[in-house]
Amino acid sequence: MAKQYDTVIGLEVHIELATKTKIFCGCSTEFGGAPNTHTCPVCTGMPGSLPVLNKQVVDYALAIGLATHCHITQVCKFDRKNYFYPDNPQNYQISQLYLPIARDGWVEIETGSGKKKVRIHEMHMEEDAGKLVHDEWDDTSLVDYNRSGVPLVEIVSEPDMRSAEEVIAYLEKLRHIVQYLGASDCKLQEGSMRADVNLSVREVGSDTFGTRTEMKNLNSFKAITHAIEGERKRQIELIEEGKKVVQETRRWDDNKESSHAMRSKEDAKDYRYFPEPDLVPIVIDDEWIARIKNQEPEFRTEKLERYKKEYDISQVDAEILTESKKMAELFEATAALCKKPKKAANWLMVETMRLLKDNAMEPQDLRFSPENLASLIDLADAKTINSSVAKEVFEQIFLHDVDPKAYVKDHGLMTVNDEDALRQTLTEVIAANPQAVADYRGGKEKALGALVGQTMKAMKGKANPGRVNELLREML
Amino acid sequence: MADKISDETMEHVTKAKNKISDETIEYVGILAKLELSETEKQNAKADMEKMLDYIDTLNELDTSRVEPMSHVFPVNNVFREDVVTNENHMEETLANAPLRGGDSFKVPKTIG
Ligand SMILES: [Zn+2]
Repeated sequence: MAKQYDTVIGLEVHIELATKTKIFCGCSTEFGGAPNTHTCPVCTGMPGSLPVLNKQVVDYALAIGLATHCHITQVCKFDRKNYFYPDNPQNYQISQLYLPIARDGWVEIETGSGKKKVRIHEMHMEEDAGKLVHDEWDDTSLVDYNRSGVPLVEIVSEPDMRSAEEVIAYLEKLRHIVQYLGASDCKLQEGSMRADVNLSVREVGSDTFGTRTEMKNLNSFKAITHAIEGERKRQIELIEEGKKVVQETRRWDDNKESSHAMRSKEDAKDYRYFPEPDLVPIVIDDEWIARIKNQEPEFRTEKLERYKKEYDISQVDAEILTESKKMAELFEATAALCKKPKKAANWLMVETMRLLKDNAMEPQDLRFSPENLASLIDLADAKTINSSVAKEVFEQIFLHDVDPKAYVKDHGLMTVNDEDALRQTLTEVIAANPQAVADYRGGKEKALGALVGQTMKAMKGKANPGRVNELLREML
Repeated sequence: MADKISDETMEHVTKAKNKISDETIEYVGILAKLELSETEKQNAKADMEKMLDYIDTLNELDTSRVEPMSHVFPVNNVFREDVVTNENHMEETLANAPLRGGDSFKVPKTIG
């Protein structure tokens, strides 16, 4: 019988913090600026420049550390990690090795096989590097230092995960926590959340770890899943052939769906860390910790439970509504204003999700106010507008946050409840469609729909379709 | 670096208490991305051995009752507020580029 293997996975997750400025200088962190427009002597490593720590970075790191049940290092400091690479103009990265801001935490994940705790070994603050663009034609690289000095936290887990499913659940959990804290937008594709996967395999029942490899360049959940499956297979094949797994860093190529070892010189992991002499220690007193703890929001896990109880919403619907903090906030505010949580949930889950998709937007990009959505729900409920008009108005709310009452009035979209006008139009429609009328009278129920449609069209969509239906039946 | 073994090196070789092996010099060269000639290696070895000997003098002091120092000044918690204070300094930054390609630094090709 073939041997059975366990996969043992630990993650190093880098998250870009949502500060306005870089970690050690007053340069903007705004994404997408022209190359080198957000740079200064500090973030380009010019001699004589001095870093000064951005306090907001410590606040965010503390919040993440506390939310992941870490022990806070109340006297912490920075160290220099030395390496030569053109993305790093100082020839060292300012990071934390000896006294990282947080240690020994955990998060709970849930997968098909139940709930499980993934332990966090440590979390530290550090600076991001610049961006290299390789020019294939003249064998050079171009360097943009706009990202150099953007604040990061790196969260290092214990090797507690056993499958790609658990890895994704862990990353989703971290993403929800950090997004709810407002500490980062955590977009994998844009690189504001990056994961390196440490993976080894061992025979089932063994209690020692196998030799692990580290995989880099994973920028989607799909790439992570493929890389885990591919690396597990590669290591098992080596072992079965009697060969050894080499401890190395491998780069995943999502197009080729395979990984290759990075050259060993680049991989010389001797960073000769030493304490950073240009930055003073950080002392975090109990009051500071209490202040951050007091600002903690209601997290997704808690919201999920509350929505099910308080609003009588299903698990699946509650998951959609709490997927982003922005959506959850819109839902709660709208429900409170119109007192119709089910209807508020419906507008957000159906029309909002559809428009987000059509406009290639994410929930955190939503800009409309709960007041306008609540007011639309009231208008539709009072039958002031019919459902197709409501959808049309909602699109305007979604795009331009219009006041639905004013919009409906200005564009004359109110449902026409004028019976005389409606009867007049119906008479005309009946006269103009003798075939449909004959079909209906001959027993074809479907023909009525065509007549309703014609009437709605003639009334420019402002009639109440229910009433049109009733009147038509009566008149025929 | 000089291409002949200096007198200082010759004099030092016999006296050094700390010895740097050939492997260590080779390894440090790789980390620093330097290619050294044989003579340069010998000179660098002597320099490092001297530095280590010098640092050894610190071990002559009794520091068992001195608290390890994390910073020169008894200062902590020096912060900046998260406010953008720097404007577009692209031209000043790029003035320091040995080679410029468009609005970027241009460097020999490096594989990421
Ligand atoms: Zn800067």
